[in-house]
Amino acid sequence: MIHGPELVAALKKCGVSHVIWIPDTTLGAWEEALSGPEGLPLIRVCREGEAFGVAAGLILGGKKPVILIQCTGLFEAGDALRNVVHDMHLPIFMVVGVRSYFAYRDGATMDTCPIFTEPIMRAWQIPYVVLEERHTAADLAEAYVQIQAEKRAGAVLLAE
Amino acid sequence: MMTQWQALKVLAGKRGGQVVITTMSSAGIWPKLSDSPLDFHYIPSAMGHATDLGLGLALAHPQRGVIVLNGDGCMLMNLGSLVTLADQNANVVLIILDNGLYEVTGGQPTAGAGRAHFADLARAADIRRIFTFDALDAWQAGVDEVLSEPGPAVVWLKVEGRLGQKTPQPPGLMRQQVERLQKALGIEEFPQS
Repeated sequence: MIHGPELVAALKKCGVSHVIWIPDTTLGAWEEALSGPEGLPLIRVCREGEAFGVAAGLILGGKKPVILIQCTGLFEAGDALRNVVHDMHLPIFMVVGVRSYFAYRDGATMDTCPIFTEPIMRAWQIPYVVLEERHTAADLAEAYVQIQAEKRAGAVLLAE
Repeated sequence: MMTQWQALKVLAGKRGGQVVITTMSSAGIWPKLSDSPLDFHYIPSAMGHATDLGLGLALAHPQRGVIVLNGDGCMLMNLGSLVTLADQNANVVLIILDNGLYEVTGGQPTAGAGRAHFADLARAADIRRIFTFDALDAWQAGVDEVLSEPGPAVVWLKVEGRLGQKTPQPPGLMRQQVERLQKALGIEEFPQS
């Protein structure tokens, strides 16, 4: 499980300059750490597609943003993601909360989010790793460092 | 009313060291008026996201500032970006070239064409500097004031629609445009894969 202060410390260690987000219930627990005095510049957007455009502008300007959104927002943001990753070839890093991941695995939900999130990531050709409760902010940082080194887009799917 | 060419020619004569982002119709006209390495033609684009791109660039380079040349159709697809622009107090001058049409798809009217009030939408989003021009002489007289202070600012330019337009092609590949802009901004480590 990743706590807010650990996340902020890990992102800072990676050199992340900005966090662009629309929180969900799980990601929202990071609000205090992200927006607090030890946090990072936090850009609150109105729709998730907007997050990809803002991140692209920051990267063009030499910054290193990350995007934090829920999978429902990923579904909304498809065209913006396609453009930034496959037309502009920018190394966007995103953390996507997968709603009902554990409940779906246990057969205890009718939520369709977990059915589509991973196939959609594969369809958009975005490499990803799934982080579960046993994982830490260091695992998230490792994924970030790897995609930055390879100068490509990548994602962490955060099981919820 | 003024043509888009006339409107953009006025701006080209006054533009300083800002990054200029074009999209859709403006991307077909601006390269004939300007060839600055600080010009970025957002084609191929994700429609509606030029404002976001400008916001990100402005946050990265607040002293330089960004001018975004948007269309009314593009603006309607991302009205929330007005709120984000105001929330971030970003140095973006957002120019909405409103012809009431989707030009490149054959001239179909946009939703609310002639009725949607972009100045009021910007005001409701808490943008403080808002300008409306529907005549060339007024735009010529007002452009200095528009560019005299940092953004956020929204400029609603009412321009003539054109029929029979094709989708504009950028003057260079996206990869080349990214590298050119980043060199102009002094960025040495190019991020592209």
